[in-house]
Amino acid sequence: MATAAAATRSFLQVAATEEAVAPPLRVVQIEGLVILKIIKHCTEFSPALVTGQLLGLDVGSVLEVTNCFPFPIREEDEEIEAEGANYQLEMMRCLREVNVDNNTVGWYQSTLLGSYQTVELIETFMNYQENIRRCVCIIYDPSKSNQGVLALKALKLSDSFMELYRANEFNGEKLREKNLSWVDIFEEIPIKVSNSALVSAFMTELEADSPVTQSDYDRLQLSTNPFMERNMEFLIECMDDLSTEQQKFQFYYRNLSRQQAQQQTWLQKRRSENMARKAAGEEPLPEEDPLNPIFKPLPEPSRLDSFLITNQVSNYCSQINSVAGQSFSRLYLMKALHEN
Amino acid sequence: MADQTVLQFFPLSTSLSAKVHPLVIFNICDCFVRRPDSAERVIGTLLGSVLPDGTVDIRNSYVVPHNESSDQVALDIDYHHNMLSSHQKVNPKEVIVGWFSTGFGVTGGSALIHDFYSREVTNPVHLTVDTGFTNGEASIKAFVSVNLSLGDQQLAAQFQEIPLDLRMVEAERVGFDILKTTAVDKLPTDMEGMEATMERLLALIDDTYKYVDDVVEGRVAPDNNIGRFISDTVSSIPKISPPAFDKLVNDSLQDQLLLLYLSSITRTQLSLAEKLNTAAQIL
Repeated sequence: MATAAAATRSFLQVAATEEAVAPPLRVVQIEGLVILKIIKHCTEFSPALVTGQLLGLDVGSVLEVTNCFPFPIREEDEEIEAEGANYQLEMMRCLREVNVDNNTVGWYQSTLLGSYQTVELIETFMNYQENIRRCVCIIYDPSKSNQGVLALKALKLSDSFMELYRANEFNGEKLREKNLSWVDIFEEIPIKVSNSALVSAFMTELEADSPVTQSDYDRLQLSTNPFMERNMEFLIECMDDLSTEQQKFQFYYRNLSRQQAQQQTWLQKRRSENMARKAAGEEPLPEEDPLNPIFKPLPEPSRLDSFLITNQVSNYCSQINSVAGQSFSRLYLMKALHEN
Repeated sequence: MADQTVLQFFPLSTSLSAKVHPLVIFNICDCFVRRPDSAERVIGTLLGSVLPDGTVDIRNSYVVPHNESSDQVALDIDYHHNMLSSHQKVNPKEVIVGWFSTGFGVTGGSALIHDFYSREVTNPVHLTVDTGFTNGEASIKAFVSVNLSLGDQQLAAQFQEIPLDLRMVEAERVGFDILKTTAVDKLPTDMEGMEATMERLLALIDDTYKYVDDVVEGRVAPDNNIGRFISDTVSSIPKISPPAFDKLVNDSLQDQLLLLYLSSITRTQLSLAEKLNTAAQIL
């Protein structure tokens, strides 16, 4: 009992110090159990995209993810949505009963070829952020794991971006003020993996003796063409979207300059009129006319979409780069083997 | 003569086998670590499916709180049903296939719990995970119950061990390096993984070379089976004439280079566009 009391006290202390300083989130520490659960859920339903909730503890600059549970596939029905909320509460209650950490720390979701930078993700993140101070989103890509890569990423939105998003100010002026560019929307947090000593003992015992594992076979697979093709397709689509966005901006700027020109001519006219009136000894008319439609400020299109698309494009590019790099090594390996 | 009473086991013999997903082992270990102070062991439900060939595929599990006294076991049945319906909402294809308990082998209370699960599903599998390492090794075993009956009258039940497949392809995909140690600071990047794989391949080839050299020089007794394996492996490399092979490799290389080039152009374009946009805003 004494140890338990000490533990609660230290928790309180931790909480208290945290209130005082609130150090930035540096590392996400995930249990092997959680990784396996996420992978199982995401792969079973692939290519459908699924989500689930992460449970864990927030300890200083480390966010420990110690358990998770999947969400059922969402449907567009309010009744079912309410049921989903019930499910979540029920699951949390059940897990608490068996001493699982009962603190939501974020959510996980699967993705297709890393195309996760969407407005929905940002909205979900903001929703979570309202309730819990520190939350994280874990992204898993089942399509990449067929190549022997553990495609797991922990993401959060940057603070400056969240501020802008809350104020809904995505015009050029504000962005310049904050010095925020598309790279600064998402922050990737390094992932650490931890396992209990018991699990570690079991896995050491159960590890297969064979010197080659499944991931080795996957990595040496020569055919990456389908993956690359899909990647290129997505990239091209994104480029199209980006150019549409760019056109929107061009349209806006063209309209803006036209409006400015109109304003200038109107002003000149008004001034010369005023000169004439002055010469005639009359009161000058005001130099502004808020009722005139040409003085109505044009709404500037939000830059959020183009930022997100840019993020995606750069993501596809880096995927292509890394896969191409691997293919190079494989090809040279093949060549060397054949020559021998 | 028709009403002959026979003393027999039912079902007579089982050709059943089971397969375990690593997640189940992880979950059981986690539950055991988090068990209440008073509990000696944890008990829970196994979910999964029966494959067409009769193998029981155990893919998921959850713990069920219970109270145990000398000759009684009280399972929290409400909890069990709640959790089951929650799990089925996510994945309706996973049904109860049995139950697990930590500890070494079958204990006295097991028959009672097994009885309960027999009412939920026909012929449940009982998985035991020895978290105490009683024999100094991690023993994970699976049992099914076989009834000893005299005619229609049931006399007793016997737990019969069935073969359990512990090969963990899913765990291999994640990598044992990550799952084996208690703390990993960083996930391996794809290039690091590639490097490790190539090193392993190289070591294998070296081993084979060494073995063949040893056999040729008479240091090791030749083993025909290994020889056959090696010749099979060597002959599995397709015969392509060197020019054709060079062309193949070069073509692929060029394809990859083109892709790289494209992605670099895109990136340059992006940074250029960003610069131009900021410039446009200042104007």
